[in-house]
Amino acid sequence: MTTKPTPRVRVPAKAAAGELIEIKTLISHEMESGQRKDSKGETIPRKIINKFSASFNGKPVFSADWHPAISANPYQSFFFKATESGEFTFIWKDDDGSEYTAKNKLTVG
Amino acid sequence: MQTKRPALSRRDAVKVAAWAVAAAAIAPRLAFADEKAVAAEIKKLYGDKPMASGKIRLDVPEIAENGLVVPINVEVESPMTETDYVKAVHVFAEGNPLPGIVSYQFTPACGKASAATRMRLAQTQDVICVAEMSNGALHTAKANIKVTIGGCGG
Repeated sequence: MTTKPTPRVRVPAKAAAGELIEIKTLISHEMESGQRKDSKGETIPRKIINKFSASFNGKPVFSADWHPAISANPYQSFFFKATESGEFTFIWKDDDGSEYTAKNKLTVG
Repeated sequence: MQTKRPALSRRDAVKVAAWAVAAAAIAPRLAFADEKAVAAEIKKLYGDKPMASGKIRLDVPEIAENGLVVPINVEVESPMTETDYVKAVHVFAEGNPLPGIVSYQFTPACGKASAATRMRLAQTQDVICVAEMSNGALHTAKANIKVTIGGCGG
């Protein structure tokens, strides 16, 4: 039942220079905590997204280290002060080494 | 003729499911982190540096009905300029199997040191937040959250 995680990001398409914008992100992922046991009493191995990072025009803006205490289908929101037009890159890093990315353009002016 | 008495109403089904979830959560009796584990984590990061209160607004529900999805919003007062900004914010749980919840790294580009996510809480407990400023100063805040998990005490 594991499906491929799909990221969803909400960024305003346009912003005024100096405007504070809120960025909301959501990715579908079960965030298996490694604390649960299956019907045979064996621990289900941990598999979570352990790192989320956001950069704008290649420069880091915000990042979060997620622990198993983060809910399934993790949501993350944060702020960004718009100064110039460019592109956001969002990266989610999975315990298994895979990376999920999303890109969003922002026009300032 | 059809009688209007369902064998298991939707409401009952929800109740049963809630109890099952609660039972599953309690059954393995895991070793939980406590104040000491959280203090040890903080010590690992910052040693014995003094921590001030204030500046942090920890926005969490007083009562969380579902411990699996508890919203948490952290905001730290700061001008967020190149010389004075919030560098990192760490959130810890005192009553979870593991003390860590989330660690944020902010930059001046954020404009505002505020972030929101959703966390899992195993039981009623205190959540501790530590903020590190760009000048090295530390601030801390604490919030108690009552977790009911489907309404069966806690």
